Order: sequence, then C-alpha cells, then structure tokens
Amino acid sequence: MAKERSERNLLSFFSGRQFLIPLAALLALVLFNLIVDPEFFRVTYGRNSEGYPVLSGNLVSILDDGSELAILAIGMTLVTAASGGQDISAGAVVAICGSVLLRVLCGTGEASGQLQAPIIAAFLVCCLAGILCGAFNGALVAFFRIQPMIATLILFTAGRSIAAWINNNELLRVTDSTFACFGGYIKGVPIPTPVFIAVICFAAVWALLRFTSLGLYVQSVGISEKTSRLNGLDPCIIKVGVFVIMGFCCAVAALIKVSRLSTINYSVIAKDIEMDAILAVALGGNPLSGGKFRMSSSILGAYVIQFLTTTLYKLDVQSDALSAYKAAAVILLVVLSAPAVREKLMKLLRSVTEQKSSADGGRI
Amino acid sequence: MKMKSIHEKHSGRFGYLSDSAVLTMITAAVFVLLYIFAAAVFQKGFLKPQTFFNLLNANASLMILSCGMTVVMVAGGIDISVGGVSALVTMCCAVWLDHHGGSFTGAVLIALGIGLAFGLVQGFLVAYLEIQPFIITLAGMFFARGMTTIVCDAPFNVQNEEFVRIRETRINVPFLGSYNKNGVFINAYVETGVIIALLTAAVLFFVLKWTRTGRAFYAVGGNRQSALMLGINVKRTVFISHVICGLLAGIGGFVCFMHVGSGSAANASGAEMNAIASAIIGGTNLAGGAGNIIGTLLGTLTLALMQNIVSSAGLDQAWWTGITIAVMLCIFLILQSVIIAMRKKLK
Repeated sequence: MAKERSERNLLSFFSGRQFLIPLAALLALVLFNLIVDPEFFRVTYGRNSEGYPVLSGNLVSILDDGSELAILAIGMTLVTAASGGQDISAGAVVAICGSVLLRVLCGTGEASGQLQAPIIAAFLVCCLAGILCGAFNGALVAFFRIQPMIATLILFTAGRSIAAWINNNELLRVTDSTFACFGGYIKGVPIPTPVFIAVICFAAVWALLRFTSLGLYVQSVGISEKTSRLNGLDPCIIKVGVFVIMGFCCAVAALIKVSRLSTINYSVIAKDIEMDAILAVALGGNPLSGGKFRMSSSILGAYVIQFLTTTLYKLDVQSDALSAYKAAAVILLVVLSAPAVREKLMKLLRSVTEQKSSADGGRI
Repeated sequence: MKMKSIHEKHSGRFGYLSDSAVLTMITAAVFVLLYIFAAAVFQKGFLKPQTFFNLLNANASLMILSCGMTVVMVAGGIDISVGGVSALVTMCCAVWLDHHGGSFTGAVLIALGIGLAFGLVQGFLVAYLEIQPFIITLAGMFFARGMTTIVCDAPFNVQNEEFVRIRETRINVPFLGSYNKNGVFINAYVETGVIIALLTAAVLFFVLKWTRTGRAFYAVGGNRQSALMLGINVKRTVFISHVICGLLAGIGGFVCFMHVGSGSAANASGAEMNAIASAIIGGTNLAGGAGNIIGTLLGTLTLALMQNIVSSAGLDQAWWTGITIAVMLCIFLILQSVIIAMRKKLK
C-alpha cells in the first residue's frame, strides 16, 4: 500500500500538482546558490543614501525587482487561459504607459522638476492608455479572430515607436520625491514599495477570482469557445476583458518601472519582459494552449524567474547574453512539460518502480 | 462533410480564385498604386529604374526570410527566430572571416550550418514533441540574439579582401538605367544578394506548386486531420517546413551580411516581424493552408516601398517606420479576416 502511494506521488509530480514544478525549480536554484556562494542569502538591515533604515540583500532585491514581472504574470495567465495564446506586446505597452505617465506628470512646459499634475491623475491616464492598448489587442483577437500572438505583434512592432512619439523622443525627468516612492522606499518603511504594490495586486486578483466567476468563465472560454457560447457566455467579452486586465497590469508595471528610474528609455524599458512573463506562466505549469490555470503557481513562477535572473547577474553574465541562458531554460522547461516527453518519462518511471517492486518481491 | 465542403469550395462561384490569390491580387494592386503615387508626388527619385532596384538590393535578405516564413505559415506554423538566426549568422561569419582569417566558402558553410541547425532542432521540437511553434521559436530568437553577443559583443566591419571583393560585385541590368547630369548612361545594377533571393524564390515557387512535399504543406496547414487521413506524414511535413525556414534564415542572414558588410547583434533587428508582415500582406493565411511565394515577394516590396515613401515624405524619425509597418500589418490582417469571413458567407 505504502509503495503504491509513493509511486502515485512520484507520478503525480510529473502529471498533476502544478505547484510542484516552480517549487522544484526554486529549490534547484536555492541549492545551486548555496553551493556556489552561501553569502547570496544574506539580508542586511542598514541605512540607505537618504538615511532611512532599509533591508537590503539579494533576496530583497528579488522580491523588489520581481514585482513588475509578477504583476504582468497575472495578466499573462488570464490571457493565456482565455485565448490560448500569449500577449507579446506587454513590454511595448509598458513603454507606452510609461511614456503617457511622464507626459502627464511633466505637462507640456519645460521640465522644471515640478509636477504638473497630481500623481493619481497621471496614473489614471496611464491606466486608460494601458486599457486602450489591451482593448485594441482584445478586439483583434475576439472580433477579427486573429491569433493572439499575431494580433499583439502589431503593438509589439509599433509600441516603442509610439512611446517615443508621444514624448517627441525627449527624455523627460521627474525629480519629485513622492513619485520616487513607488519604485523606491516610503520614508521609514524598510521594505521596498513595489513589493506592497505587487501584494495589493495579488490580493485584488485573488478577490476577483474568489468572489466572482471570472476564473470559471475564463477557463471555460479557454477550453471550448463553442460550449461556453452554448452555455450563455459571450467569449468575445471574456477575451476582450482579459486583454483589458493585461493592459491594466502593464500600466501598474509602468508606474513602478518609471518611478524606479524617474525617467524612461523607450527602447530599453521593460525589454523582453513579455518573454519572462510567458516563461512564468509556463513555469507555473499552466498549459500554454489555454484552459485551466492556477494564478498562484504563475506568480511563484515569476519570482523563480527573477531568482534565475539575479543568480545569472551574480555570475557576471552580461545583460545582453542573459536572454540566451533564459531561452535555454525555457526550451528545457517546455520540452520537459511536453505531453510526448511526459508520457515517455512516466513510462520510464513506471518501469523503474515496477522493476524495484518485483526485485523486492523476489527478496521476500 | 468536410471533403464535400472542400469540393464545393473549388467548384463554387468564386472557386477558381483562392482566398490567397484574391489577397495577392489586392497586394499587387496596392503596390502598383503606391508606386504610381510615389512617382507622382516625389517624381524624380521614383522614376529612375535604380530606385526600384535599390528596393530589391536593400530587401533581398528580407525576401528570403519572408519566403521561409511563408513555407512555415502555409504548413500551419510560425517561426519567430529568423531575425535572431540572421544576426547570429552575420556575427559568426564576420568573426570567422576577420578574426580567424577564414575563407569565403567557409563563411557560406557556417551560414548554412547555423540555419540548418536551428531549423532541425526547432523542427524536431515542434513536429515530434508537439510543442507550440510560437514558444519554441520565440525561445530560439532570444537564444540566437543572446548567442550573438556571446560570440562577440562589439559590432565591427569586415575587412577580409576576398569577401569585400565579392560583396562589391554588382550585376548590371540590361537596357535599364538612367542618364546622369552629364548625359552619360548609367546602367542600373543589382547586388548578388538579389540574384540569390530570386533564385531561392523560384525554387520555392516550384517546390510549393509542383512537388509532393510542397502540396503536403498546404494539406497539413489547411487541415491536419484531413491530411493525416489522406496518408500524408504530418509530423515529417511540419518538420521539413521548419528545416526549410531555418535554412533560408541562414541564407537570408548571409545575404544580409553581404549587404551590410559587418557583424552586429543589431543586424536584421525586427526582421522576423517584417517577414511575418510581408507574408501576411502577400496573402498568406495565418491559420495555414494558403499562401504563395509571388504574393510574399510582392508583400515584401510593398512593405519596403511604404517605408521608402515614409522616409521620402520627410518623416524620417525612426519611430515612423515602426508605426507604418504596424498600421499596414493591422490593415491587412483585418482585411484578410474580413475577406475570409465574407467569402465563407457567400458560400
């Protein structure tokens, strides 16, 4: 009996239990870092340049830097589940939102360091921009039945150009200290603000999935559009809805990104972040072809990827070369989670355990 | 039922023209109209034959990439890695020629080898392990771009004599040319890359139209299940389509290398998007099963002409190019979607 259970556990590791995939990856990374350099995990409590007490260390910076990615992973998970495709325009939309945010903050006059509009107003306009981009993508996917990746290709191509165009390619700068809080620290609080923003987003999406039927609707549209329509669901509205949520996530990520740098670089901001977000969804064990999803798993996946990035940086990998290593990780991951490979692995596992049990039986 | 509807499609009122052919004709008309418009507005430049051939010279590499993309898309897949692979090819060839003093033939072999390797690996993963082509080739693109910086992180111009000599070879186009200020007739020319591009296109046109493998691409892209029932080896067909695309990415990368003459990670940036846009503008169906090489060539030229017009109009800030391509892509995508929906209704 006990053997049977352990065998089932082993099998379920490969077939079910989504949460275990990112957890295993996280464990592997932690082990790797422990072996290479245990100092990696040191968290210190010191004072930053402004003299406020802050926590610092690699673990804090992973939580801090991973915020944008985790927020985008929320949107990407929903988009993936509902449409069976991914939004590759995420980075470009972040650039657009950031550009809009700065435009409103700095106004039309010369940069004087003074904010020309309240931050909340600027953020609302920024959200509006994100939602519009999302709605555009969603409309192409839902009403014109274009594959999500191709539809988002349009904004992927044009996004950074549009972002540069909005600000006339000027590099605006915001020196306001309140605005810097969103990407830095609130006075006297030792934990970086992006972590709080991310937590608020998680809570919001948790509530959304817990108290509304959105999750169920998204899954049913992703599994079978036809069946959902027969059940009285409008797949178009759900699809546009998830893309709008994605746009909103991009706007929040843009707020953090821009606040971190207090300026924007149109061609570099949030570069390749869509790749990381897709990777987070895949790492979370969500099928990339849509249908079922598990939000917490994706979010954990996002932090695991940030962990990987930080580890690679610590190993002195150039930022341009980073993508090669990450791509290798993606390929490995996707190959391992491919049904064909999984079946083979299961068979192998089963034959190994069977051999073991027969050997045990012989001994008795 | 399915067989019957396919049969009706080919014998119906509009049956003699496929969706793809209609879209290709639209593209051809758009190209001619755009050129006439450009010639009317910007007169001098666009009336010279050389302007047209420069369009070819600058986009020979893109044409090859687009042809490869067409093959993959016809078979129902997609390949995002072509731009990255091209960049990797330019860098590897540049390093081989300059740092190792290698020969020109060696560089060609390297280009083909890299392209083939990417095609084989991606094709295997997509066809036999049944992983979504988009994810695999997206990873391939990032891998190739990352590898380019790992191979050499600083862009440089290639000084290798043999290479420079071949690179500067110009082929005169008979009977076409223009008179310069002194009234001397100057022959219009094309670069070697254009010849390679046209040859590749011709071979692919033949393959897609008249070979068993070529027709299998259409069958698999149109409906996998039906193709399987017809006895077509679906997995192998998908595999071959990716191998061809990878190989063409290698060739395209080399032609790009011949055109710019330098190794750089920024080479062929955005080429994958341009290639997809060219194929779509040329009437290749996104869902697979329809598309043709001539349409793709026209699509590439239309895209290039549009960029040319944008810069001639004085909107030469970098961002206008991106926006123009995106707008064109958007228009043609919607057009495609609407036309297909309308024709379905007519039937």
